[in-house]
Amino acid sequence: MNIPQNIEEKLWNYIDGSLEKDENNLVEQLLQNNQEWKAKYAELMDVHQLMQDSIDLEHPSLRFTQNVMEEISRLYITPATRNYINKNVIWGIGIFFLTTIIGLIIYTFGQINWSAPSGSSNIPEFTMTNVNWGQMFNSTYVNVFIMVNILLGLMLLDMYLTKKKNERMAGRHG
Amino acid sequence: MDARATDNDIITRVLHGEHQLYADLVTRYQNFVFTLALRYTPVREDAEEIAQDVFVKAYKALKDFRGESKFSTWLYSIVNSTSITFLRKKKLDISSLDNEHVFEQAESKDSGMSANQVEVKSKVEMVTKAIQLLSPDDAKLITLFYKAEQSLEEIARILNMETNTVKVKLHRARTRLKEKMEKYFKQEVRDLSY
Repeated sequence: MNIPQNIEEKLWNYIDGSLEKDENNLVEQLLQNNQEWKAKYAELMDVHQLMQDSIDLEHPSLRFTQNVMEEISRLYITPATRNYINKNVIWGIGIFFLTTIIGLIIYTFGQINWSAPSGSSNIPEFTMTNVNWGQMFNSTYVNVFIMVNILLGLMLLDMYLTKKKNERMAGRHG
Repeated sequence: MDARATDNDIITRVLHGEHQLYADLVTRYQNFVFTLALRYTPVREDAEEIAQDVFVKAYKALKDFRGESKFSTWLYSIVNSTSITFLRKKKLDISSLDNEHVFEQAESKDSGMSANQVEVKSKVEMVTKAIQLLSPDDAKLITLFYKAEQSLEEIARILNMETNTVKVKLHRARTRLKEKMEKYFKQEVRDLSY
């Protein structure tokens, strides 16, 4: 029995279900009428069945999953810090500063003598060109204060945008 | 974790912060990944190192998994790239994974064996031993197709090949496996026919 290679290939394609409809019909006809094809088909089906049923998987060590999870846990330092930093403490500090600022504003307004006489003649003429901006922003402390505020503002913006991005990515995979 | 939870369900929950659930995916696929890694290297320690690396890489890249393919297909493509990188680092001959001359190397594996010399206790053992006599390429294709339940198109994606190339290579691999079994397990193959 000398079956050409391409016939065997056709039969494997037939077994895998990857033949076109016309070719599939042709192979079915041959399998009904041709003993040689029929015998070869039975032989290949035996091998196919054997591989489907009898290929065994190898097993890694018993600690494999644990090893992977330990390796992964090293990647996650940020969630660990979340566990020991209490959010209430952060909120408490925020509220303390907010209250202090509001208190200072109220106190400052309380110090103003609202009953003092007012009149256009008492108010000095104010022109923007007369303001010495250089003197106002000359102090190193003021410059440092402005820079720190700009930096904090950028950090907050970055945190907000990163959070939004992560939420969007997680939502896309869901 | 619910045993019926799909891979995608688990991935969504892991991405939402339930990192420990990733262990379920590892448990689910560790044997497949390890077996595939063993098709690239015969050393079990190396295969385990590759398999561990695969799961860590997959975890890091989990947010990039868009669910366009099966998780297993995506994971096995990481096995392929990680194994090749590992072999390159170890300066092993990776060209042997692609070339036909691997078949000759595989032939040399059984050159010392005479027909019917191998005693096997079960069909599983016979197929396992026959696969060990194949080239890494052939063994990989047969494992992906029959055990890892990957279609020809999915195997093509995993191995960066054309689907038709995979089809032809798989035919050849099956033919070679059949030949090995007929050569070394003649009696067992005959018993199967009855």
